[in-house]
This record gives sequence, C-alpha cells and structure tokens, in this order.
Amino acid sequence: MIQADLYIILPEIVLALYAMAALLGAVYTTKDGMGPALVWATAALMAVLAIWIATQDSGTRVAFGGMFVDDAFARFAKVAILLSAGAVLLMSQDYMARRGLLRFEYPLLVALAAVGMMMMVSAGDLMSLYMGLELQSLALYVVASLRRDSVKSTEAGLKYFVLGALSSGLLLYGASLVYGYTGTTLFSGILTSAHHGEVSIGLLFGLIFLISGLAFKVSAVPFHMWTPDVYEGSPTPITAFFATAPKVAAMGLFARLMFDAFGNAVSDWQQVLVVLSVLSMFLGAVAAIGQRNIKRLMAFSSIAHMGYALIGLAAGTQAGVQAMLVYMAIYVTMNVGTFAFILMMERDGQPVVDIDALRQFSRRDPGKALAVLILMFSLAGVPPMLGFFAKLGVWQAGIDAGLMGLVVASAIASVIGAFYYLRIVFYMYFGAENEEPIDTHSSPVLWVALMGSAAMMLVGLFYQFGVEGAAAAAAATLVN
Amino acid sequence: MDNILSIVTFIPALAAAILAVFLRGEDAAAQRNAKWVALFATTVTFLVSIGIYAGFDPADTGFQMVEEAEWLMGLKYKMGVDGISVLFVLLTTFIMPLTILASWEVTTRVKEYMIAFLLLETLMLGVFMALDLVLFYLFFEAGLIPMFLIIGIWGGKERIYASFKFFLYTFLGSVLMLVAMVSMYVDAGTTDIALLMKHQFSSESFSVLGVHVLGGAQTLMFLAFFASFAVKMPMWPVHTWLPDAHVQAPTAGSVVLAAILLKMGGYGFLRFSLPMFPVGAEVMTDLILWLSAIAVVYTSLVAMVQEDMKKLIAYSSVAHMGFVTMGIFAANQQGVDGAIFQMLSHGFISAALFLCVGVIYDRMHTRDIDAYGGLVNRMPTYARVFMLFTMANVGLPGTSGFIGEFLTLMGTFQKNTWVAAVAASGVIFSAGYALWLYRRVVFGDLIKESLKAITDMTSRERAIFAPLIVMTILLGVYPALVTDIIGPSTAALISNFDTALAAAEAATQVASH
Repeated sequence: MIQADLYIILPEIVLALYAMAALLGAVYTTKDGMGPALVWATAALMAVLAIWIATQDSGTRVAFGGMFVDDAFARFAKVAILLSAGAVLLMSQDYMARRGLLRFEYPLLVALAAVGMMMMVSAGDLMSLYMGLELQSLALYVVASLRRDSVKSTEAGLKYFVLGALSSGLLLYGASLVYGYTGTTLFSGILTSAHHGEVSIGLLFGLIFLISGLAFKVSAVPFHMWTPDVYEGSPTPITAFFATAPKVAAMGLFARLMFDAFGNAVSDWQQVLVVLSVLSMFLGAVAAIGQRNIKRLMAFSSIAHMGYALIGLAAGTQAGVQAMLVYMAIYVTMNVGTFAFILMMERDGQPVVDIDALRQFSRRDPGKALAVLILMFSLAGVPPMLGFFAKLGVWQAGIDAGLMGLVVASAIASVIGAFYYLRIVFYMYFGAENEEPIDTHSSPVLWVALMGSAAMMLVGLFYQFGVEGAAAAAAATLVN
Repeated sequence: MDNILSIVTFIPALAAAILAVFLRGEDAAAQRNAKWVALFATTVTFLVSIGIYAGFDPADTGFQMVEEAEWLMGLKYKMGVDGISVLFVLLTTFIMPLTILASWEVTTRVKEYMIAFLLLETLMLGVFMALDLVLFYLFFEAGLIPMFLIIGIWGGKERIYASFKFFLYTFLGSVLMLVAMVSMYVDAGTTDIALLMKHQFSSESFSVLGVHVLGGAQTLMFLAFFASFAVKMPMWPVHTWLPDAHVQAPTAGSVVLAAILLKMGGYGFLRFSLPMFPVGAEVMTDLILWLSAIAVVYTSLVAMVQEDMKKLIAYSSVAHMGFVTMGIFAANQQGVDGAIFQMLSHGFISAALFLCVGVIYDRMHTRDIDAYGGLVNRMPTYARVFMLFTMANVGLPGTSGFIGEFLTLMGTFQKNTWVAAVAASGVIFSAGYALWLYRRVVFGDLIKESLKAITDMTSRERAIFAPLIVMTILLGVYPALVTDIIGPSTAALISNFDTALAAAEAATQVASH
C-alpha cells in the first residue's frame, strides 16, 4: 500500500532527495564553487521531471488516503511550474555569478520551493495544502533576502516573511474553522458537507479566511501590498522567479481548493473572487502608470494579470478553469521573456531598472527591441499576440457564466493598463535620446529566453504545443 | 486561384518579413533597396488584386472566393468578399503603392518604415476580407500597432501625444466591441460572420441598472460596436484624435489614415451594425443621423478657422465622414450606395489632398497656411492638380465627390428631411473652407521671399497624382462603375434589414397582445 503511495509522489521525492543530497554534498566539499554546476543540474532535473510528468497519462490517482491527488490538473500545473522554475534558474546563473550571489544554496532553495509548489497543486487535504504552501514560502523568504548586505533585499525578505506569516495565519484560522464546521480536513469530505444554501455561517467565515490567505499568495488586491516592495528589493532573477512559478502554483492551489473542496458552493465564493478580480485589474492598471522602476512596474502588471486570470476562476465553470490555465501558461511565457530582458539591462556592469534608460534602445539593438515590443503588446492584450487570446479565453468563460459586468470592467482596465506597456515601447522607439544609454549584457541563455518567448507570442497563433488540449483535460478532471 | 484573397493579403507581410530578415545596414543602397522592395510588393499586390475584381460576380450577393480553415481555440480562419467589401480591398491595394512612392524622400529608418507600411497593408486588407469575428477583430486591432509606430517614430513635433491619443482612443472603443463579440459568440455559438448575419439576437427590452433599454441586447451590442466604429470613423464628438494624428503623422501616414483606416468604421457599420443588430440600429438611428448632421456643419465651421493645412483637411474628412454615417443609417438604397461611394471617393480625394500638402511641406517644411501664397506663379502644374482636388472635395459635379454627397443626401432626405436640410448646408461651408484655403495658398502675388525659389512638381510626384486624378474624374462621370458592383449587395442588405425589423416588430406586437 505504502509503496503505491510513494510511487505516486515519486517526482516530488526525487526532487526533494536531490536537493538534500546536493546540499550535503556542497556543504562537505567546495561550497560556492558548486553554484554554477548545481544551477545546471537542478534545471536539467526539473526539465526531465517536467517531461516525465507531461508524458504520464495515468488518469487520477490518490495517495495517502486522499491527502495527495495526482490528476491531469496537477500535472498541467506541475509542468508549468517546473519548466518556468528551470528557465528562470538558467537565466539567473550569469547575473548571480557576476554579482557574487551564486551561492550553492540558491538553486537548492529554488528546488525545494518547487517541491512545495508541486505539493500545493496536488493537495487533497488542508494539511497537505498547508505543508506545501509553507515549504514553498520558507524557501522563498530566504531567496528574497539572498543579497544579505543590501538593505533593500533584506527589507524585501523581511516584509515578505512578516506578511507571509500573517497570510498563513489567516489561512490556518480559516482551515480550523472549516475543520470545526465540517469535521474533516479532507477536500472530498468538505465537498459533501458544503452544499448550495447549506453553508453555515461558520463555514463561510472559514472559506473567506482561506480565500484571503490564498489571495496573498497570488497577490490579488487588497492583499497585494507586499508585491511591489518584494519585487523591487529582491535580486532581479528572484523577482523573475516570484513572477512565474509561485503564481502558477498559487493559482493552481486556489482552483484546487475552490473546486475540490467548495465545488458545491460556487455561488458562495464566486462573488468574492469577482471583487478580488476587479480590484486587482484596476489597481494593477492604475498604480503602474506612475512607476519608473521596471521591476515595480512588472509587479503591478502581475497584479493586474492575476485579476484577469481570476475571471476564469470566478466563472466557476470548466471552461473558466481551462481559460485560467491557458492564461497562466501564456502569462508565464511572457514574463520569462520580459524578465530575461530586464536581466540584460545594465550600465557599466550595474543593473539598471529605470525605464527612462530605455530611450532610443531600438536604434542600438533593433532585434531585442522588437522582441520587447512584441512582449509588451502581448502583455497589453493587443492582437495578434498570444496575450490577446489569453484574455479572449477568460472573457468568453466570464460572459458564458453571466459575469458581464466583470468582463466589461476588465475591458476598461485593460485599456488603462495598455498605457504603461505602450510607454515602454515609446521609450524604446521614439523617446528623446538619452545621455546615458544602457548596454545590454546578454548571455546566450537570456537571448534565447527573450527571443524564444517573443517568438512564441506569434508562433502560438499557428501551433500551441498542446497546451490547449492539456488545459482542457486538466479542467475536466477538476470540475465535474 | 482558390485562395487569391489570402495571397493578396499576405504578399505585403511576406515582403515585410523579407525586408526584416535579409536587408542589413542603413546606408543609401540599403535604403533604396527597401523602397524598391516595398514598391514592388505593393504593386504586385495591386496587380494580383485585380484578379479579385475580375473574378467577382456582382449579381451574387453572398460571399465569394471564400476560404476556410481551422484555427486555434476552436476559431476559424475564414476570408471572403462581397459587393460591399470588394471595392475597399481594391481601394487599399490601389492606394498603397502611391503611399510608398510618396515616402520616397524618407531618410530615417527607411527599412522599419517600409516594414510598418507593408504590415499595415496586410492588416487593412484582412479587415475587409475577414469573415470570422475574431479574425476581423485581430486584423482591426493589430493595425493599431504599425500606425502607433508610424505616427510615433516618423511623426512631427507633438507625435508622442498624438500617437498615445490615437492608440488609447481607438483601443477603448475596440475592447468594448470585443466584449460584445464574445457575448455574440456565447449567444449564437458561432463566430462566422455569414451565420451571425442570419442569427436573430434578442431585441426584448429590459432594464440595466434601472435604465430601460429599448431594443434590449441588440441595442447594447450595437452600442458596443458603435463605440469602436464611431471612434474609427470618426464621428463627432469622438473625432478629436483624428486632427492630432493627421497633423503629426508623416504624409504617407496621413494618406493611409484618411484613405483607408477611416473607412473601416463605415465598413464595420455595414458589415456588423446594420445586418446583425437591425433593431438596435433602428433605435439609435435618429441620434446617429443628428450626430452626423452636427458633424457635417460643426467640423466644416471648425475647418474654416484652421491655420494648419493638414488640420483643415482632417476636419474636412470628419465632415465628409458625417455624410457617410448619414447615408448608412438612412438605411435605404440611395443612402447606403451613396455612403459606400462617398467612402471610396473620399479615399481618392483626401489621399490626394494630403499628398498636395506633402508636396509643399517637403519643400518648405511648414504646414502653416500663412507661410504660403501665390504658388501659382512658380508651380502651375501643382496649382492645377490642387484645384481639381479642391473642387472634388467641395463636391463639384463631374468629380466623384459630387455623387457621394448627392446620393447620401437624397437617401437621408427620405428618412429624415430635417437632417438632410441641415447637412446640405454643410456642402456650402465645405465650399467656403476649401476655396478659401486654395485662394490663400495658391493665388495672389508671390511676395514671400522664402517661396521665390520653390520648384514645381517632379515627375515622381506627377506619377503619384495621375492615377488619383483619373479615378476621381472617372468615378465622377461614370459612377455605375461602382454602383453596379455594390448595388445588388446593398439591395440585399437593405431588404434583410427591413425584413428583420418587420419580424421584430411583429414579435413585439404578438408579445404585447
């Protein structure tokens, strides 16, 4: 029995064992000299695991009495998490090495965070949910303050830790209320006791606290306060990591909890998600307008994008979940490319984050400028880029579910949001000449990440790498 | 050729890709190559598009040369033309080589400039041919990107403000249209335009936030589409982006904007608003007719006081587009025929007028009317050409401008006499501003020192104007060239519109009894 259970969580075990073994090995041997090798090894292992999980076609399997679920939904999220974490690791190697930040702990912490995220999207019980969440969060707190001699980085780590602890507290409080009113922590048990119209007030409170805790993790307004500061303070590769894999994991967990545990009470949480979604879209769109720091700008951009993705979730339908998953996949691809570019921005070896520095960039490097232009229009949701189809999908699901007001609001928010993406294009293509131009330091990995993700925005029009089908299968297992 | 529409659409994009990949360097040779490649590609596109014209059967009111293929997310790639769209396709392919020729003196970033124009041509052609809602939206919206860059990179002093205003104004209109499109898809279960035209959207009145909406869902969808097309048209009072964009855009950008991009709004009304939401259109007709009449009179008056030539012509464009919306929403044969005719004719005339401004702007680098005067003494050919197009703009009989204005006014007169009467006064104002502009720029003594050395049109410039002159006069004396092609399709459009209205009316009467 236990062997069968262990076999189901084999990918997680492999990654966790690798991380611990590598940690011991690095401690007993050369320490930081191992950094680059470990980055490549971790990324390679993640890629292998992603391929392994993607090619598994084992239907839905449950381990440990329902605490761990391995289904198409979990597999979709895990592949996205592993691929984006691996890509960000590779992208960061050069940047971290040149700034003396490539300690051997870095790739291993990312690996452990990835284990936590995989756990999150597979959670079938409030306990395993919390376990995955904390494993992820603790690793992230540490990497946020990786540059420990920088005030900003330390501040980012501390802020993230304190607010993260608060959100965990909210989540746990919600979990205890849910347990108190249903008598079980298993999602399947909660599902049977929470029906439409039969949700007791206590259970409702529990649900709201759970949602609040998760909203922290996806940085939905009004639980977004940590995002800009943490994005700004952390070293840029860490910011890139924050913007990608953990968002997928948190969104996956969100969907998992809402449908597996509260799938019979859609109307009770739908309105909450609608509010979160509208607020996120508008705050993300409006607050980013004043930002000069591209990392802060991307923080608000990700807040807005979480708002759009939440439309799919708020629809409460299979089509909605599918649209949300496609949205997240496209979002992650766009962000990997954009952060690859941000990692390249520097002047005399120092990183530059001021968007002013991009003036007339297209004259110095037309190729990269074109790639960024494509990514910016895609982030803004202008056709023919793939970002448009991401929005189209969630809107379709939203209107199908009768959330017309939400969709109209998001349409207006997307116009406001288009302004700051356009401004980056404007600086690159027709801003006045800057006295201090940036030079882009580009390693081959960064170049491939930027160009690849920009190309994907157009290639996606013709070939989608099976994402759509996988998302459909994933949504079908989650919502039934 | 089974897929001639796709071929025509994507020749320019292919040329743009070739330029982007293979052309290197910024020296004179590279610039010359870029120009020749662009000219060659647009000319080939035009020649191939004649095949569309030759293969088109005016008697068939359905979509012709239809191509269909599966696409992502369950959407379809579907292209086709009917009597309403086929001439817009030809207008686009006809104008584009002229714009490339008009840009021969561009010296900054020539390669990118040509790529932007070629991509823009593909996207504009796609708009007129797309038979799938999402495909239409994709072409419609993607055209903003090259135009944003054209205004922003190669524009005048205030180009940044103008480019942002252009983009955000039109983007806001379009996303609302997109929301309506998605709800149409949810309602009808298809994004195929031909099927949607047959689909009856609910016209039962209901209340939204306490406001009673006559015509129900149809009116709301109509308004969402209206938000997009009215901005694109542009209609008063959402026209304010146009003068800014025109003034700041380079000459060729203004030509494309006036000759083709503005027509997308009118085309959209004919393709979507009238056939798909007849009840919504009927509910809004009076308002739109009056907005059009105001546009005609008000913008003509505004044009009269302009100091900047391009701005004057931009306002005159808004006034002429007022005739178009009037004709469309008169919803009778003369009105709609006239509207399409007016759009085509305005495509030639406004393009020519912007080119006229371009000719002297290239020499003097100013668009101030006061900086000129007495040009006829040094530039006789220019004076003749400018005279012809000024008269065409006024609507002199014998030029294409007259037919369009006359037909739309006649159509409107049957629908709403007062609107027609008010708008007819706009014809007089248009004579006022156009002739006054001409007098101030061309006539009088040549007293300004700076103008003493100005030279007449070069043979390249003459070559640009020749086809436009031919078309303006040809359509003016032989309008059947156009009306024979559009006639059957507009007749079908009108009869479907009337049938749908009658059916909806019968349904409400049954419901109320």
